[in-house]
Amino acid sequence: MKKLTILGVSLLFSTLTIAQETSTIKEQDTTKLEEIIIIGRRKLSNYRQEKTLSSIDDYLEKSNRITMIKRGNYAWEPALNNMVSDRLAITIDGMQIFGACTDKMDPITSYVDVSNLEKVVITSGQEGTENAHSVGGGIDLKLPQSTYYDSGLKTSIDLGYETNGNYSVGGLDIEYSGNKFYANLDGIYRKSDNFEAGNNEEVLYSQFEKYNISFQGGYKLSKSHVLDANIIYDRATNVGYPALPMDVSLAEATIVSLKHTYKSDSARIKSWESKLYFNTITHIMDDSKRPDVPIRMDMPGWSDTFGFYSKATFKKDKHNLLFNFNGFYNRSLAEMTMYPNDTSQPAMFMYTWPDIRTLYTGLYVKDALALNEKETISASIRLGFHNNKIAEEAGLESLQIFYPDIEDSKNRFLISTSANYELKHKAYDATFGLGYGERAPSVSEGYGFFLFNSFDNYDYIGNPTLKNEKSLEANIKANYYFKDFKLGIESSYFHIMNYIIGEIDESLSPMTIGANGVRVYEGLNYANIFNVYLNSTYKISKKVSLNGTIGYNHGKGSNDENLPLIRPVTYLAEINYSTSNFNAALQLDGNSTQNKYSSNYGEDKTPAYTILNLNLGHSFLLKDNKIILKYGVENLLDKNYSTFADWNNIPRQGRNFYLNISYVIL
Amino acid sequence: MKLKYILPILFISLFNIACSSDDDTPIINEIEDLLKVQDIINNTHTIELYTKSGMFYTGYNEVSIRIKDNTNDAFFENATINWMPIMQMMTMQHSCPKSSLTKAEGKDTVYTGFVIYQMTNADGSGWSLTFTYTINDVEYTVTDTINVMQFDNQNVTSFMGSDDTKYIMVLIEPDSPKIAINNLKVGLYKMESMMAFPVVENYTITLDPRMPGMGNHSSPNNTDLTYNIADGMYNGDLSLTMTGYWVLNLKLLNEQGIVLKGEDVTEANTQSSLYLELEF
Repeated sequence: MKKLTILGVSLLFSTLTIAQETSTIKEQDTTKLEEIIIIGRRKLSNYRQEKTLSSIDDYLEKSNRITMIKRGNYAWEPALNNMVSDRLAITIDGMQIFGACTDKMDPITSYVDVSNLEKVVITSGQEGTENAHSVGGGIDLKLPQSTYYDSGLKTSIDLGYETNGNYSVGGLDIEYSGNKFYANLDGIYRKSDNFEAGNNEEVLYSQFEKYNISFQGGYKLSKSHVLDANIIYDRATNVGYPALPMDVSLAEATIVSLKHTYKSDSARIKSWESKLYFNTITHIMDDSKRPDVPIRMDMPGWSDTFGFYSKATFKKDKHNLLFNFNGFYNRSLAEMTMYPNDTSQPAMFMYTWPDIRTLYTGLYVKDALALNEKETISASIRLGFHNNKIAEEAGLESLQIFYPDIEDSKNRFLISTSANYELKHKAYDATFGLGYGERAPSVSEGYGFFLFNSFDNYDYIGNPTLKNEKSLEANIKANYYFKDFKLGIESSYFHIMNYIIGEIDESLSPMTIGANGVRVYEGLNYANIFNVYLNSTYKISKKVSLNGTIGYNHGKGSNDENLPLIRPVTYLAEINYSTSNFNAALQLDGNSTQNKYSSNYGEDKTPAYTILNLNLGHSFLLKDNKIILKYGVENLLDKNYSTFADWNNIPRQGRNFYLNISYVIL
Repeated sequence: MKLKYILPILFISLFNIACSSDDDTPIINEIEDLLKVQDIINNTHTIELYTKSGMFYTGYNEVSIRIKDNTNDAFFENATINWMPIMQMMTMQHSCPKSSLTKAEGKDTVYTGFVIYQMTNADGSGWSLTFTYTINDVEYTVTDTINVMQFDNQNVTSFMGSDDTKYIMVLIEPDSPKIAINNLKVGLYKMESMMAFPVVENYTITLDPRMPGMGNHSSPNNTDLTYNIADGMYNGDLSLTMTGYWVLNLKLLNEQGIVLKGEDVTEANTQSSLYLELEF
């Protein structure tokens, strides 16, 4: 352990002191505080190499600012800047979509697969409000663009196997690109048994099975007009959640969109994209596989969203303008039926999300103004109208038990704004940003009814009278280039007022058997969240490079309590060897001890850990067809560990050998 | 092919038109939404008994009554009715709390009142009802046995208070409970004698609703019950956070605040000895 740490730190420092630049798969556009993860599945990469058939979750985890909260081996919940989904704007290519699970067992990212996406755009803080209001930032999962290359049919087959959990994956992708017509059909299937933590410790109820089918069709109406249709159907069954008292028997999503794109090189309007969309999610929690539960229950949930956006970019003189007018209507309904152990008693029923309708319309405007060749300033604003309505009379009445004076409808006006200054030199670049933003409470925060949180063992009651959460933020990002060395720093500071968090109400009696009590969502006076990351890359030779990252995070509330789920000091060091058709990487990844844990919110001190991963990749041609082989060992030393982001300290995967083969028929 | 679908639709619509044209002079049905429990008959009259369920159960029963002239099947609108329920036991007999019978509001032939059966035999036997009524200054009387079924839950309880008085407490509302703050209405009567059950006034009843099936989960914003002179009953707020089986743990306090019956619910004592049950 100690040796590993020393190795890691020395690797890191070596990259810091002797330095060089390497190309990374993370395209980093410095004009925004934005990070783009390309889902380059069938390409070799020399930065945090991923498997061809990684889940979206694995890809997201490669971003510095993102941590994945794990309740099992499936459907991890992304947190950005140490903030979870309530504070983020997570969209699928600009489309609003909301999970149907009251316990966050189905983050949006679980309803898409790598085969559906082209890239993921991660924008921190108020820069991430192009699609919706947020405090922490935005994650937009980009669908692929239709292409009109007249390249004909292209078929790819992906197969993967991993020893840990007997995990197998298969994917088929058929693409046709014509002059005027584009079609892509793909499917992916994944199945895993229980995985094993280090030392062959089987983690019960960690199995899952899913498939995902998607179709994208495009038609080029004219030179500048294109119509696209996209359908994604995703269905997961038999998903175990070892960290929770319940599993999921079905998580199903249908995501449909129709898009019109106008593009022009000459006109003042550079592009104009309009989309109509609809998505529906069914999520069924079930405990039938668990032998011992205090009470049997069913907890189904549904979420349907209709929406549109229309966005256009303009260029006039030195101005680059972006307008995005969008709106959505969401219906979230979840219920719980409990079956008493005394069968003579009737089943117990309640609405946990009492048919909440959310209507939102808003306008986003951004202008980037190039002052000169080196300096750019940009500003953005989003104004929105947000309405929540309790459609179920029984739901309104049940919430009136706690809030006798509430009405069924509540309106909110939201504003988000940001300003950036950017400087670009040959040897360095820097971006400074300031932002102010507001968000409305999420459905659970506003209207949840006895939602059990197994993390702190409390029942949560939503609070319809919550004020908007408001955030003031400052951020900085700077890179310094010296020959083959690159040193980067990125940091954000958030001062969040009316920080929404559950506070214990001693007077309330918990509903869940064995729960410690009840928390009601309240606005904490304020909370501060700070993070800083230091990145470095050094290219030793044409083939060998080093990467190193070290990060520090801090989160504290005005009540002087640590915030939950704040990442401790984290580090990553990597040595890479790469040629055009082979690469190898040895990775060292770890966290320090979580000393600033939040015992108030059910956290305990998570010990430090370091793991080693070895990844290898080959690509070669077989006749005219391309084969990509990716293989390696994760958690090489079979360390038994869990991180701060593991719900109820469930351990992470032990040693895992994997092999992914892609066969591309051109 | 299409005719196959059109014809039935045509017939149905024609049939509907034909039916609706008959309803030109609507007859107000004074016993709408009520079901007949039984008829009690003497030589001259038939007394029709109605409740919502068509049955008598232990607990609070709202009763509607019509008196029919056996000669011409007409209903009287000018009767004065008294009633007396009697439970015949092995060695003695007793009555139960009840209201007087008065003309139902807005109706011509229906008289209403309530009766609170505090117990019954397992087979529903034991009770009888005697009606003494006056029509046009002539007094009549009629008696018959009735069936009173045991209600599944404890919606009525009779108990001895620490003041050596026997009380009867009955759940009246909510009639159809909701996941909401319900208006809880409870009747409280003193057993003065075997036949006299006057209303007890100005006591206080504390309320602590629990779900034994959910680890004795409770609910917020319940209020204690206080006496309401207008209806002679005790009223308070009852919060029910979910459907299912609820135990309303109660304590009865007299005007001096002395506990006559019931205990607080604690970890050790999961239920008060004074309680009513609710299921929905």
